[in-house]
Parts: sequence; C-alpha cells; structure tokens
Amino acid sequence: MEKFTVVKGLVAPLDRANVDTDQIIPKQFLKSIRRTGFGPNLFDEWRYLDEGYPGQDNAARPVNPAFVLNFPRYQGASVLIARQNFGCGSSREHAPWALQEYGFRTVIASSFADIFFNNCFKNGVLPVILKEAEVDVLFQECEANEGYQITVDLERKKVIRPNGEAFSFEVDDFRRHCLLNGLDDIGLTLGFADDIRAFEAKAKQARPWVFQALR
Amino acid sequence: MSGKTLYDKLWDDHLVKQRDDGSCLIYIDRQLLHEVTSPQAFDGLRLAGRQPWRLDANVATPDHNVPTSKTERARGVAGIEDETSRIQVATLDDNCRDFDIVEFTINDERQGIVHVVGPEQGLTLPGMTVVCGDSHTATHGAFACLAHGIGTSEVEHVLATQCLVQKKSKNMQVLVTGTLGEGVTSKDVVLAIIGKIGTAGGNGHAIEFAGSVFEDMSMEGRMTVCNMAIEGGARVGMVAADEKTIEYFRGKPFAPSGENWDKAVAYWRTLKSDADAIFDTVVEIDGATIKPQVSWGTSPEMVLPIDATLPVPGQEADAVKRDSMERAYQYMGLTPGMAITDIRLDRVFIGSCTNSRIEDLRAAAAVIKGRSVASSVKQAMVVPGSGLVKKQAEAEGLDKVFLAAGFEWREPGCSMCLAMNADKLQSGEHCASTSNRNFEGRQGNGGRTHLVSPAMAAAAAIAGHFVDVRSF
Ligand code: SF4
Repeated sequence: MEKFTVVKGLVAPLDRANVDTDQIIPKQFLKSIRRTGFGPNLFDEWRYLDEGYPGQDNAARPVNPAFVLNFPRYQGASVLIARQNFGCGSSREHAPWALQEYGFRTVIASSFADIFFNNCFKNGVLPVILKEAEVDVLFQECEANEGYQITVDLERKKVIRPNGEAFSFEVDDFRRHCLLNGLDDIGLTLGFADDIRAFEAKAKQARPWVFQALR
Repeated sequence: MSGKTLYDKLWDDHLVKQRDDGSCLIYIDRQLLHEVTSPQAFDGLRLAGRQPWRLDANVATPDHNVPTSKTERARGVAGIEDETSRIQVATLDDNCRDFDIVEFTINDERQGIVHVVGPEQGLTLPGMTVVCGDSHTATHGAFACLAHGIGTSEVEHVLATQCLVQKKSKNMQVLVTGTLGEGVTSKDVVLAIIGKIGTAGGNGHAIEFAGSVFEDMSMEGRMTVCNMAIEGGARVGMVAADEKTIEYFRGKPFAPSGENWDKAVAYWRTLKSDADAIFDTVVEIDGATIKPQVSWGTSPEMVLPIDATLPVPGQEADAVKRDSMERAYQYMGLTPGMAITDIRLDRVFIGSCTNSRIEDLRAAAAVIKGRSVASSVKQAMVVPGSGLVKKQAEAEGLDKVFLAAGFEWREPGCSMCLAMNADKLQSGEHCASTSNRNFEGRQGNGGRTHLVSPAMAAAAAIAGHFVDVRSF
C-alpha cells in the first residue's frame, strides 16, 4: 500500500451531501476483475454527458462542462472536499480505487459512511473529518482563490491552510500507523496467528456447530 | 454495572485480541462471496502466496451479474451474453475451484442473492459473525448475527486470517412499539425509520431493532428491516433471537442437528440484550402511526407516506438539505407539492435482497390476483431471490398469478436492483421498486427509482401510478 505522510495539493470542491458510491464509480465499471482502471470513470455520470461503459475511449466522449472536476482550474487536484456522509451506499472498494487512481490522496468532509471510510485506509487514501464550519471555510477559500492548495499532515493530524492556520483532525492510532508506514494489515494480523488458533480451539468447544464441515 | 446489549455479547464472543492501540481482532464465522467483490481478493491471496485460513467458513454464489431471462440462463455461464459479466462469473467459478470453496453455481437450484441464500441454507446461523463484500450483509442481523458489509481488501483479510481488524461501534436501539396497521409491512417500517433518522443517522452505530413490532414480525420481515440498516448509515442492524428465530433453522440443510442442535439452541436463547443494557442512542416510533411509504427522491431518506404531497425546497431551513432536495427534483423530474399518488410508473420491479423472499412474492401476488398490469406500464417483473424461492413460488402457483396479470417471471439474481445485467431502466423512466437504493443511476443511467413494499409495487403496477394499497 502507498504510504501517506504529508500531502500538499490543489483542492477540488464537490459541494454535495450524501455522495454515494454509485456516483463515485457506477456499477457497470465493477465488472472488472482487476484493481486498477477505475480512475478514468470516477464520477462517470457527472463527468460525461453520455452513458459510459467499460473499455470505452473516454477521449471521444462528450464532457459535462458544468461538472466541477471538469473545470480547468481544478485539473491535477489531489485533495477533494465534500459535504456530509460522503461515500454512503455500497461496500465497493472500487470507490477508493477510482479516487486514488484519478489522483485524489485525501477526501475532506464533515462525515463519512462507515464502510467507505474504512476502505479508504486500505488503499492509501486518507479520509479526513473536519467540523462543518471548518469544511465551510475550505469551500469558501477554494472558490475564492484559483490554485488553492492545502497541506494534509497525517503525522501531526493537521490540515494546514495557505495562511498557515491549521485545523486538527482525529484518526485512530492503528489506521494512522498503517497508513504512515504503508503496512499490509494481513501480514500484521497473521502475526497474531497463535491467538487466532487459541480462540478457535475454545470456540470449537463452545459453539461446535459453527465449525461444521460444508462437504 | 449495567447489562450487555446483544451487540456487546456478539462482540465479546468473537473478540480474539484487543491490541495495545485499542484496535481489535474479531473472529469471523462465515464469509459469503459473490463475483463482483471477490476476484481482486483471490488475486491478492495468490500474489502473496497465501491460502484461506479456514475453507469451510466460506461459501460463494454468483448473483449481481447473472442474467435473469430463461433463454440466456439455460446455457449456463457460457451463455451470458455480456462478455465482462461472463468473465466475472467464470472467474468466481475458477477461484472457488482453485481454492476449493463451496459454490452454488449459476444453475444450481440453491443459487441466488447471497443474502437470501445464506439464511435459506442455514449457512447463516444465530450468533455468528457474518461478512460479505456487500453492504446489505446487515440482512443477516435478523437472526441475531453480527453481520456487516466489507470491502475487497477485507474480503482478502478474512480469507487469509479469518479475522477483521475492528473498532467497536456505538449501540443504538430503534424501538418500534404498538402494532402495525393493516397493509403496512416491514418495508414501510424500515423506510419510515430511515425517513426519521436520515441516511447518516446510524453512522458509527450498530442498530438493534426492538419492540413489539419486530417481535410480531416474521423472519422474512426482520430480514427486510435489517437489510436496510445500511441505508440508515449503520453497517449492522440486528433483532434479538426468539423462538421464531430458532424455528426458522429447524431442518435447514446446513443447520446443526442432534446434540449440536440442542447445544446451539441453548446458546441462541441467550442472544438478546439484557434488560438493564444501556444504548448510546435510542429512537422510538409508534408503529400504529406508520403508513405505506414511497421514496420520491435520490436518497432513501427522501421518503413519505402514500397520502403525502412532495416537499417544497423553499420551506427547508437547512441549506445543504435544500440543495440536495433541489438536485433530487431536477433528477427525478417531479414537481414540489404534487401528490405521491400522481407519480406515474413506467416499470415495476419486485425483487432484490430486500424483498424477494417467498413472503414478499405472496404479498404481491395477493394484490395482483385477478387483475392486470396497467397498459401504461412498459414492464413489470418479478425476480425471485433464489432458485428455491422460485421453486416454492411455482409450487404455490404464484408464477401463474404474475404471468396472468402481465408480469414477467424471471430467474433468480440481483437483476434490476442495480442493473449490472441486462435488466435496467431507460433514462427518465420511473420505477416502483422493492429494492433498497434510489440513488441516481442505480437502476440504469437516468432511471428514477421509487422504493416501496412488494404490495405497494404490485398495486402501482395495476394502477399505473402509486396508490394506497390499504384501500386498493
Ligand atoms: S439485490 Fe441489490 S442490494 Fe441486494 S446484494 Fe444484490 S445488488 Fe446488492
């Protein structure tokens, strides 16, 4: 997994609440059996005016000029700001895959849906929860200033604005540790293999039916 | 010290290790796999040279992509016309063969939507931790399971370690008291709950649905409610185990038998919150006030009783909500202030892991019997949740009722719930759907979804617009 320590980058504002995973990456693109290739179809239904399908030449498609990510001033953005309950809906990990591949390393909102939030950490994308009023400030400054860049510092748990002022955020220690070091958490869990085996041995006594063979 | 909630008990019984940083390893009893969110997980295992930790914890079935037409289905995997869908279903078959995982393949009569198949086979059992790379895994909470959706990396994590790294959620109780009125169903109850708490209302919480309304509800009804916990923002939705829960599993293919059955039943009877347990959040609703519900917008919280008129954005004080409302109107092509009963339907879909079980089909058939689909409705379809539901419905003659009324009778799968196969809405079409999500484009690009109960969908199909099934 890609490490996340400090990201300084251009901010793109997606001023919507309840952005769902069907919007982040529509279902027709979930038919891929790979982990990559989703970036070009991030927010497909908003980015393009036609209906997208997998394997299409996106360069030949009519672009929706009214969609914020298509504005020239937001090209190359690596920080996405959005409103409450970002990532609600399905468990598809294709959503953070698409965001990451498009170039977003972090998403800032006042709240996130639980499964999406969790999935981000597995993919080197940092979801940052700030207060509603703080997110508002970012939206205002972003719209007012072309080329608006901020710094997201995971080590210090701070979002630093161009004027040097910072907003603090919380993130739990385990996730922070994995992201800072780009750790594979399967490997970490297997480090507890003895504990897992001991648990199983006890559970087999208490709840033997759970361990019934299926064939 | 106060007592434990059901969630606390399930958590404690599956806690392998609490680590120094506060994160926990939770043991997973059952993992259900389907074709969409598993291929990258199997690839990950291969790349790392890892083997599944415990084979018998896993069961697979293809559901999201499978075609539901008889002709296409008759030719098995090779007959799936859409190439990408075919590859995905074939990849699940290959992975299950390579790793030796039990799979109900496309034309096995046990195939169906994972969340219908698990309980139906007794693969989901009370008190289990159940996961699946699908957010509607909350469905299994109806059996007092700790069940929730996970992403693909976690699917791989569970395959490799039989555990998940978790942080405990808060406890939330949704208490629905009293009794439901005639014609009001479990779907109306859960839609009304989401209308009240909002789509983010349950974020960070495990919900327990409690109160007389859920005690009186069938197991099918409880599954419908828990299924949509995620639409209320909670990954987990549960109902305590009772005698109905236990009876449901008697004789199911993978349920325990003999001495193990008795031992299991004794354990299952403990799966309820203690009387003095304390919940972080409690929401209470009087069941008698719930009317049949219809969603009008692009989020499940945009839902109203059938006799309501659509809200006026100008009257909404919250700016973010007002903005969402305006966007929803634009997308849905509806007018503020219009009556729900004036929404005309182009298509009707009865199916999905929310409402595709035998009880749902019976409820729809009871409304439809002797009537026919309105000529203005282009398509009305019924998609049973599994091969066994289909078989049971046919044994009861329900298929004949649907066909005689002008409904299509399909093969089992997710179908138009998310339109990954050929079943989808055209842009601008309105659909009365028994599924769980009305997001933009969910049932097809530009398609407009209205979430309702099976009885309400059936009545809408006959009338061509929404009607109050209680006076239909
Ligand atoms: S029926 Fe719909 S919601 Fe349920 S698992 Fe299938 S796609 Fe998901």
